Amino acid sequence: MEKALSELGHMDELAVQESPVHGMNATAKLLSTVVYILIVMSFDKYDLSGLIPMVLWPVLMYQMSGIPVRTCFYKLRIVLPLVMAVGLFNPFFDREIMLHLGNIGVSGGVISMLTLMLKGVLCLMASFLLVATTPFDSICAALRSMHFPATLTTLLLLTYRYVGVMTEELAVMTDAYHLRAPGQKGIHVSAWGSFLGQLLLRSMDRAQELYASMLLRGYHQHFHYAKHIPFRGSDAIYMALSCLFFILIRFCNVSELIGRLFVR
Amino acid sequence: MIEFENVSFAYEQGAPVIDNLSFTIGDGESVGLIGANGAGKSTIMKLLLGLVSGEGRIAVDGIEVNRDNLGKIRQKLGFVLQNSDNQMFMPTVFEDMMFAPLNYMVSREDAEKRVDEVLERLDLQYLKHKYNHKISGGEKRMAAIATVLAMEPEAVLMDEPTSALDPYNRRVVINTIRGLKQTKIITSHDLDMIMDTCDRVILISKGRIVADGSAEKILRDKALLEANRMELPLSLIHR
Ligand SMILES: Nc1ncnc2c1ncn2[C@@H]1O[C@H](COP(=O)(O)OP(=O)(O)OP(=O)(O)O)[C@@H](O)[C@H]1O
Ligand SMILES: [Mg+2]
Repeated sequence: MEKALSELGHMDELAVQESPVHGMNATAKLLSTVVYILIVMSFDKYDLSGLIPMVLWPVLMYQMSGIPVRTCFYKLRIVLPLVMAVGLFNPFFDREIMLHLGNIGVSGGVISMLTLMLKGVLCLMASFLLVATTPFDSICAALRSMHFPATLTTLLLLTYRYVGVMTEELAVMTDAYHLRAPGQKGIHVSAWGSFLGQLLLRSMDRAQELYASMLLRGYHQHFHYAKHIPFRGSDAIYMALSCLFFILIRFCNVSELIGRLFVR
Repeated sequence: MIEFENVSFAYEQGAPVIDNLSFTIGDGESVGLIGANGAGKSTIMKLLLGLVSGEGRIAVDGIEVNRDNLGKIRQKLGFVLQNSDNQMFMPTVFEDMMFAPLNYMVSREDAEKRVDEVLERLDLQYLKHKYNHKISGGEKRMAAIATVLAMEPEAVLMDEPTSALDPYNRRVVINTIRGLKQTKIITSHDLDMIMDTCDRVILISKGRIVADGSAEKILRDKALLEANRMELPLSLIHR
């Protein structure tokens, strides 16, 4: 658990690697990701078959970026179940049979559950990819260049750093705990309260000092310092192709088309 | 020039941590700020940087430290924090060193030149592309000093710059500090280092100045040092 959380931090390490995806303009990536998420969310709650082809985009992008999809699932293994849990109750509420697979009836609830889960996973995959291929400061710079309020981008940046600090503190504190509680698995319930309190206080103190240290070195809510990759023709093509792809899948039922091809 | 005039400060509603403090530090002076744990050394630096604010007047080059002038003041001052973990926030040492120059509108090329020059001066080229969360405590301290030097501030404030350093790096830092033409304020419990780097020493106890004078004089005053939980610098004992 602690290890899983601490793996959430240090995304920077992935973001400074090099690949065609890493070398793209941050705004282009940010916009494509946002459009992707919006389109994924816009699918009907029973439209599982229509949604499935949307998997192709992230899979392709992961390929191109050299980041294994497995890394995403591994790093997000704590968040994934939460996202998946969202639709868990649908099968109990919506029992109407919608589909027959052989002689097993599949209810609408099951389909909407699967659709919701897939939506969650796809959005996570896409967001993870963005953060794993773009330094966070560059994402903030892109937001600023789109006239996002400065306070909001700063807040976002600090939240990101805060998660990093908190995961570091968590690692240090669990080590300290286990050194004085040998043979214990996990942290005893009786210590949870003080542990959590300490964790928050310590992370807050550190985050505050980190922010002070940013201010002392001239941070003024602009991101001149962030790595900037200019918007080039290739970025425009990338965005156009991505959006075309999304729209195609959204408005033509591709799996049905492919299905028909095989049936004939 | 750095001026403190009747400055007092307390955290929350506690007892005063800084008590009616007054001193002036001229351009190019190197001043050692010494005193027991909890004497108020770090707090003095935070007051000067406007990270906390108290009563009285603090000014840098005639500009008063207050909300409106923070930007101007902070550009003049480079601060090495006591805890280096909280100093570095960019992914790599290189990006951290570039942060301040780029914010102050130095061109990317010039900033890179500065970074390389500082890394070489500190013999740290090998750290350039390391991740900040994957370097040792001492390396982090060295990197933190490097980020501040890359800022090329008019005055350097260092809070315990040599704690956690091995003897080689300690010597590198001492020599680097000696080579700096800027105004320097250095706190440390390493009195030998203070002796090697500072001409003047201000001794603080419970937020007040107990002694202010030449390093030569104060660091040899065994009775004064011992009364303030310190010992003579080793180099003086063995002489
Ligand atoms: N954030 C804080 N909140 C409340 N009190 C504080 C805080 N930081 C420091 N103090 C108190 O202020 C006093 C002076 O602290 P300061 O950090 O300035 O000491 P110092 O001289 O730098 O000591 P050291 O040599 O241990 O670094 C101490 O008594 C300390 O307990
Ligand atoms: Mg201190």
